[in-house]
Amino acid sequence: MILYALHFAFACFGLAQIMCLYRVVSGPGVGDRILALDTMTVNMIALIALFGILHDTAMYFEIMMLFAMVGFVGTVAYAKFLLRGDVIE
Amino acid sequence: MAIFGEILISALLVLGGVFGLVGSWGLARLPDPMTRLHGPTKAVTLGVGGVLLASLLWFACFGAAASWHELLITLFLFLTAPVTGLMISKVNMHLRWREGDLPRPPGGNRWATCADPAAPGLMDDDRAGDSTGREHRE
Repeated sequence: MILYALHFAFACFGLAQIMCLYRVVSGPGVGDRILALDTMTVNMIALIALFGILHDTAMYFEIMMLFAMVGFVGTVAYAKFLLRGDVIE
Repeated sequence: MAIFGEILISALLVLGGVFGLVGSWGLARLPDPMTRLHGPTKAVTLGVGGVLLASLLWFACFGAAASWHELLITLFLFLTAPVTGLMISKVNMHLRWREGDLPRPPGGNRWATCADPAAPGLMDDDRAGDSTGREHRE
């Protein structure tokens, strides 16, 4: 039963990644593109977690943590750059 | 006991997947940049939280050893999603709206997003000769 649910969740997050990719490519504004890239990072964390369940390994925790941190810092840096013209003032 | 864990983990996985899909669908589908913020900052965060909770329960029930790493990642994502939403909405305000479109803030101030970055603000101290840090920006 877990295997079916796992594959369902894989399909859901894969479709979600495609939708975010559509928004990255065609988003009319810069804010939309930043938001879509941030959402892609978050979806990727979910995909890595599902992959870790599927392969029964706890090796991917650090990768998920790094994705979360780097995604957040990148989003905030990009938004800060657009807001103030400078990342670190 | 194992069957309850299996049902719970499957339900969390399905719920997390549906929430993530709905949030990203909202990102692709909603009409306006400010409304598009709602999907990813709320639904996708909840979906990823569900998936990470399912992973935590799975490693506690069937894996080698239980660990709290997923809870750490969930906590981090739940803390950073509102900050991300705030920053991106400020970017949208800054890039798309002029100051006349916004309601006036109370007290006769201006919105900090629309203020001139070179002008001295509330956070600057009022020394007269303080031009050292601001010269390089012009």
